[in-house]
Amino acid sequence: MSFLVVDHVSKFFPGHAGSGEVCIFKDVTLKVEKGEFVTVIGHSGCGKSTLLNIIAGLETLSEGGVILNGREVSGPGLDRMVVFQNFALMPWMTVFENIALAVRSAYPDWGHKEVVAHVHKYIALVGLKGAEDKRPIALSGGMKQRVGLARAFSIEPKVLLLDEPFAQIDALTRGVIQEELVQMWNATRNTVFMVTHDVDEAILLSDRIMLMTNGPSSHVAEIVDVTIPRPRSRDTVIEHPHYYKIRNHVIHFLVRHAAHGVASERGTQGELSEAAPLVVRF
Amino acid sequence: MKTIGNGNPWLIRGFILLVFLGGWHLLTLRSSFEAKGKTDEQLQMMEFNGDIVRTGEGGYAWNPEKMKGVPGPLAVMEKARTELGEAFVIKGTNDHGIAYLVLYTVSRFAAGFLAASVVAILIGILLGLNRVLFRAVNPFIQILKPISPLAWMPLLLYTVKDPKWTAILVVFMAAVWPTLATTAFGVSSLKKEYLHVAAILQLSWFKRLCRVILPGAAPTIVNGLRISFGSALVAVVPAEMLLGELGVGYLSWIEWNNLDIAGVIFAILVVGVVGVILDSGFNKLAGLVTYQE
Repeated sequence: MSFLVVDHVSKFFPGHAGSGEVCIFKDVTLKVEKGEFVTVIGHSGCGKSTLLNIIAGLETLSEGGVILNGREVSGPGLDRMVVFQNFALMPWMTVFENIALAVRSAYPDWGHKEVVAHVHKYIALVGLKGAEDKRPIALSGGMKQRVGLARAFSIEPKVLLLDEPFAQIDALTRGVIQEELVQMWNATRNTVFMVTHDVDEAILLSDRIMLMTNGPSSHVAEIVDVTIPRPRSRDTVIEHPHYYKIRNHVIHFLVRHAAHGVASERGTQGELSEAAPLVVRF
Repeated sequence: MKTIGNGNPWLIRGFILLVFLGGWHLLTLRSSFEAKGKTDEQLQMMEFNGDIVRTGEGGYAWNPEKMKGVPGPLAVMEKARTELGEAFVIKGTNDHGIAYLVLYTVSRFAAGFLAASVVAILIGILLGLNRVLFRAVNPFIQILKPISPLAWMPLLLYTVKDPKWTAILVVFMAAVWPTLATTAFGVSSLKKEYLHVAAILQLSWFKRLCRVILPGAAPTIVNGLRISFGSALVAVVPAEMLLGELGVGYLSWIEWNNLDIAGVIFAILVVGVVGVILDSGFNKLAGLVTYQE
């Protein structure tokens, strides 16, 4: 059995007029192996963030189940830490306090010295030495998300959940932090589930990319294997012959789904929506 | 371009004060008594009434003991000087020095305000965290909120049967609603992500309250406290007047009963000064708990 299994999960929201339910996504099944980096790409509203929140235990699912390491997920927990799109740092706490809050919760038996050493280690890892006593207001977007990453990595969760982590960071900084994330991941080999809009980001970081159709009633239509060997970096990854093949394939998928929408998409590849997702491998 | 707004405000401030005091002085100035055109009988009658007194030279002058009209700034200053000189003197059951009166008012205010704040913040958090409960209770709050705290006084006096507690409860009633409403709002509009982080980190409810909910809602709560603070300060003075409880509000009323208008003005000034001092102290405290996003 895979390390993390999302098993036939569906999510319904109550409809606007109180009549009936709106299906966000239907019958989503995915298996993530230990140490694997899996990314979900889809248009806004396809429910990918909802799926991430369900894995995190922050939202309930309507049908199906999520199984982590052989146990069903029933609520939020320290084994699944989220890196939030808008950072979710407590603005009344310093960088150190934000991370220490997480570390103390994850390791309640640790003494003061151990906590301090652990926090400093992760602050150094994301290159924020010297900013320990700053509050989030004094940090740039990129620095804030470095704190978010340090906080997430510091509690050494079984699964890291990245919810469009670089969406609010300027393009130049984004590349730098992506590279840092690659290095952190290489060092820890965490299991990561990421949600993003950014195709290049997905190819750089992921082992597999799941493509979701548009909502409502979206589903995972294709799974693209990123057949580019690791270690990767931003300048070498684009040299690989598979890079643009993968990139073009993903973008074609996204454009096709933006242009058509649900009804016509059903007409052209309706049989696919019921079947298992297509595995694409270059 | 020349900007307006630089420079020292003290100059303008001093000028305004000077104009105000000067105007006050001139408007309340009384011409000296003119005996001409009055019969001896009239003069005797006025002397008998105590309006005028005989001067050493055999003439008449206005009786300085029986002031008429609004006293001028000099008279008020004189009154202030004597009152402040006896600030720590207790002359009788109802004649305590001004320092004691301020102390009574401040402690009465503090007791009511602090009790109201604790109750309002606790209930506010409860309502803020539970949307159904909030929607259920909100209409009652909306009805109770606009009621003047003084309107409760007869009922409170009847039920607790003690003016001391009634005064504190009036302050309590004045201070409880704004904080309650804003705390509920602040907690319910707390960013979801903060609670999500708290949930993932499996913080205990106490830690969640102290490390996340309270500090997160603190700026909003402080805004509510500020409104409550003003409202309580406004309520404490008439409560003392009506209940006859020793304090600065009482001072103003008792001076009115004595027909000592200078004393009334002095009491008003004391109320203002006490308010400013409490307010600046509050702002200092508020600055400690607010944060910027």
